Amino acid sequence: MTHRTGNRLLQVGALARVEGEGALYVQVDDDRVTAAQLQIYEPPRFFEAFLRGRHCSEPPDITARICGICPVAYQMSACLAIEDVCGVAVPDDIAALRQLLYCGEWIESHALHIYLLHAPDFLGYDGAIEMARDHRDLVQQALRLKKIGNAILELIGGRAVHPINVRVGGFYRSPTAADIAALEPELQWALQASWDTVARVAAFDFPDYDGDWDLVALAGSEDSGGMSCSGTYPIMGRRIAAASGRLDIDVAAFTEHFREEHLPHSTALHGRWDGGPYLVGPLARYALNRALLPEQARAAAQAAGLEEVCRNPFRSIIVRAVELVAACEMALDLVRGYRPPREPFVEVPVRAGVGHGVSEAPRGLLYHRYEIDDDGLIVSATIVPPTAQNQPAIEHDLQHLVEDNLDLGDGELTHRCEQAIRNYDPCISCATHFLRLEVHRA
Amino acid sequence: MSPPSLAVWKFASCDGCQLTLLDCEDELLAIAGQVEIRQFLEASSAVAEGPFDVSLVEGSITTEHDIERIQQVREQSGLLVTIGACATAGGIQALRNYADVAHYTTAVYAHPDYISTLATSTPASAHVKVDLELHGCPIDKGHLLQTIAALLLGTVPQQDSGSVCMECKRRGTACLLVSRGVPCLGPVTRSGCGALCPAYDRGCFGCFGPSESINLDAIRDQLVAIGTPDDAVDRLLGTFTVRSFREAQP
Repeated sequence: MTHRTGNRLLQVGALARVEGEGALYVQVDDDRVTAAQLQIYEPPRFFEAFLRGRHCSEPPDITARICGICPVAYQMSACLAIEDVCGVAVPDDIAALRQLLYCGEWIESHALHIYLLHAPDFLGYDGAIEMARDHRDLVQQALRLKKIGNAILELIGGRAVHPINVRVGGFYRSPTAADIAALEPELQWALQASWDTVARVAAFDFPDYDGDWDLVALAGSEDSGGMSCSGTYPIMGRRIAAASGRLDIDVAAFTEHFREEHLPHSTALHGRWDGGPYLVGPLARYALNRALLPEQARAAAQAAGLEEVCRNPFRSIIVRAVELVAACEMALDLVRGYRPPREPFVEVPVRAGVGHGVSEAPRGLLYHRYEIDDDGLIVSATIVPPTAQNQPAIEHDLQHLVEDNLDLGDGELTHRCEQAIRNYDPCISCATHFLRLEVHRA
Repeated sequence: MSPPSLAVWKFASCDGCQLTLLDCEDELLAIAGQVEIRQFLEASSAVAEGPFDVSLVEGSITTEHDIERIQQVREQSGLLVTIGACATAGGIQALRNYADVAHYTTAVYAHPDYISTLATSTPASAHVKVDLELHGCPIDKGHLLQTIAALLLGTVPQQDSGSVCMECKRRGTACLLVSRGVPCLGPVTRSGCGALCPAYDRGCFGCFGPSESINLDAIRDQLVAIGTPDDAVDRLLGTFTVRSFREAQP
């Protein structure tokens, strides 16, 4: 292959198979990458601005609208943060129902990304519909997996997109034991199908690449009660840690360590940590909490030959599949052990103060912070979504991938970069929600 | 005869309404066999040129560029169908339309010069002719499927013009507002969700927008009569379809 020299410009105006509107821009001058950007041009929607003055009972519903793919993540981080302000922790039975709802979102979102958005890159199709012409069984399996995730969301949450049954303190109504038990047969099928998913995706060809960013996720802890206790792969909790060991904090200290930067090419603020670029999401969760994976998920990871810490983002599809097994397994356990909570919610008496909430959205750590006044009205809101935190790491990867692959033709190199972006399952709608307002009047 | 062509477009939104199309797990492959999906960026890298028989539009108009883009979509589309509260009503981001600008400018971020946005969030219908509207935050999956089926059959899709209140009666849910004093917008909210919230012991919060010929004064009086503070009533009417409820005010 000829070595291409000189100045090159790789551009994709509108990225496909990502949630939201983003573009790719890479500039090479004399074999040096002078710009590598995931440009985010989705218009801002100013959630943090209009949350001010709203009542503290409203963030679960309002912030769900930041993202139609992971509304439960927003609802849970919001509830945890408001309950933190008010000094309330929900009882274990409500926490268990939250965890089951969240597992539904993981199953739905991971099945969507693995099969419908990411797999076409490895199998050489434009998308799942095109892929279905040759691999109908694969797409049907994906849709059935997605459907069981949505069935959990619909039963507990009322509907799959923007569930209506979540409130600060718990739920409006809890499902009956019979309704929850009816989920079991499909979940058993889903557990088998997710095992099969791990094997299928582990057989894909992966480009060599090793990211040198740090990995940040919730970590298991001994002392946090409810479902975030040690022994469970953490989805909700308080302790945040880095795989390097350079960070181990309570969520209340989040903003002391992480800050956001505003750069010209993005309507999303970039997440920065003094430790440099860091990654949140499946690779980070797996690196920190592999030992806490439920039994079958751990066995599936081992059978797939997954390394203890995976630093190749192209292989994140395997980790996502392992987490799919984990989510099915955890959901099955919760379904089998389900008793309707004594009360669907606990009262959360308003008190002024600041609170923090964090949970593991399918794409990674999602942080909420609220300050509320004596009347329960929101004084300020800060939301840090996973894709904003990953954006610097994604760009870091783009830079290195291009430098390492200058021999490739423009078309192939551009495709490789697009793939690199999709590795992170970026949710651009999420990343963009939180810019503050600039009024531009004609 | 070649199958009808479909395009899906996104403006300012959360992606949840277009996800509803992918959430049609039992029907998606059948739909894909009946229509030619020429443009659906969330699902496929394949991008074919227009014109399109049907365009589904998600999201509200919040930038100058969006205004040009929605006009281009209109020019290329036989039928333009807006899906969801953002596209039909400006969405929750239309709260900016009623914000005190002085208050918002204090919240300016680091480099306002990097960003360009309009002071308002508006529905597609404020800019171009819209042929059909699917309401809801998010839209109802059954309604989307029914609409696609009707378009394929060449019949007129059914438009529901009743209220959530009527759906509750049909469903047999006891009235939360009357029997338990729970604030509920059911009497003034467009039907289409199947009266979901009251079935979960929760008052309707109006995510499908106002129904036709409503009496907002009456619902306000009723909500205040059961002890809802005025500011809470304002917030209830001013969230997911704020622009539509404002325009429905007498």
